[in-house]
Amino acid sequence: MTLAQNLPKRRFKFPFAWVVTWAYLLVMLLIPIGAMLLKAATSSPQEFWEKATSDIALSAYDVTFVTALYAAIVNGFFGTLLAWVLVRYEFPGRKIVDAAVDLPFALPTAVAGITLATVYAPNGWIGQLVEPLGIQLAFNRTGVFIAMVFISLPFVVRTLQPVLQEMEKELEEASHCLGATNWQTFWRVQFPPLIPPILTGIVLGFSRSVGEFGSVVIIASNIPFQDLIAPILIFQRLEEYDYVGATVIGTVLLLISLILILIINFLQRWGQKYVG
Amino acid sequence: MSVDPVVEIGFGNERSNTRKLNTGEFLVKWGLISIAVSYLGLVLFFPVLNVVYVAFAKGIEPALEVFKNQDFFSAAQLTLLVAVVSIPLNTVFGLCAAWVIARNRFRGRTLLISIIDLPFSISPVVAGLMIVLLYGKNGWFGPFLEQINLQIVFAIPGVVLASTFVTMPFVAREVIPILEEVGTSEEESARTLGANDWQIFSRITVPNIRWGLLYGVLLTNARAMGEFGAVSVVSGSLAGKTQTLPLFIEEAYKNYQSQEAFTASLILGLLALVTLVLKEILERFGHTSQIKV
Repeated sequence: MTLAQNLPKRRFKFPFAWVVTWAYLLVMLLIPIGAMLLKAATSSPQEFWEKATSDIALSAYDVTFVTALYAAIVNGFFGTLLAWVLVRYEFPGRKIVDAAVDLPFALPTAVAGITLATVYAPNGWIGQLVEPLGIQLAFNRTGVFIAMVFISLPFVVRTLQPVLQEMEKELEEASHCLGATNWQTFWRVQFPPLIPPILTGIVLGFSRSVGEFGSVVIIASNIPFQDLIAPILIFQRLEEYDYVGATVIGTVLLLISLILILIINFLQRWGQKYVG
Repeated sequence: MSVDPVVEIGFGNERSNTRKLNTGEFLVKWGLISIAVSYLGLVLFFPVLNVVYVAFAKGIEPALEVFKNQDFFSAAQLTLLVAVVSIPLNTVFGLCAAWVIARNRFRGRTLLISIIDLPFSISPVVAGLMIVLLYGKNGWFGPFLEQINLQIVFAIPGVVLASTFVTMPFVAREVIPILEEVGTSEEESARTLGANDWQIFSRITVPNIRWGLLYGVLLTNARAMGEFGAVSVVSGSLAGKTQTLPLFIEEAYKNYQSQEAFTASLILGLLALVTLVLKEILERFGHTSQIKV
């Protein structure tokens, strides 16, 4: 490493970037995390466990994680389809569709929330189509699902696209030459290397959905035991000045995001095996 | 799906999307395209069009009514203030962090990358909660802040802090891969020619990473202006005081002032559109500058 050669000469220089990075992380990120964990530690393990597994909290986890999982799986399927279509086919408007996939990243969640609530409400453009069938799409768990699908839409597409683009054409041709059908070529040759990026995208989308607040709080009715998600429960606890209650659920969510990060790192390493 | 056993195979450099498709493949292609586009229509295009439609449903004049609203103006001002503070802070941090990660090999490097990414995985509400627990009235620094008469939570500093927290990783994320790709040879040549650290940074490093840096700043801006979860925890949403545009939109919508909510949404939505258009342009520039190198 050339840098190592430079090091002796520069040993006494003030490592400016190093100090700024750690100081900023410490003040902005690590101390706040520490503050929350310390606050959580002020309650006894027994009290913590009781608050973390109260009925209302358990029902909030259920709504949050199950709905986020559904949304992630739906986007796993349609995201794969979208990435495939965008990489393999040429069609009018392809560039616009490609750019539009990033919209959920760029659109403020409050805007997403009010427009989804309007479109999927019983008198909205899409809501009124299913209203005669007795199906209500907004202001219940389905609404939570719709908001989560919206905000996690780009992840699978964006993790899969580069992998699809770099896929070797020769493998596919070899498979055809050996007499495989299109369908066999897809399942046996093209699909297996796509599994790690698809799973990575699904977990990234899931992780985003689990933490989502803005769009869900608007499209759901936020009633406990019905469609109340964990982040909104934290918000409600804070409004009631129940800081310990909020902290306990916040700590649970933080631990789950840490676990999800580990899973994502593992999936990315797995995916790199195929690239190498 | 019926599969034709005699598949036309493109040899040589022929690409699959330029060769002639047989009927089955043609149907598959357009079938898949229509499913994908319909899905996007349902989830993205209809909701986005709906913003424009509701904003102008009663004509242009009612849509412009919101500009007479004083709360809207102060919300817009605060939103701009948030961007103006969080962008420089996160840009300086992002550049330093990217340099540390891309130009050094040290123990705990992967851990540092994960730590920098943390704000993306932490729920915005939890981020807001952390700020309340630290700087709130009953928080760890609460008594001290009261002594020096500085209010952070339910005041503007809290709003700025929360937005800065959630946008922390963007610049670093965009700059790290570019720094790694351009390598160190140009910087080393500059050093042997006698350039000092600042000269190397401003004349070699920054021009090399400029498009990625700009994109990172753009994302920081879009997210900072649009942040809702973390901000609503720490702001208290006092109209005219600590309300940002997203909070203004939510309150207007909940009070059945959908005209105001949707006009304000359209304005924030345009921000998203500008971000995406600039992204496309930057990607093109980034591409050509890479060819030059």
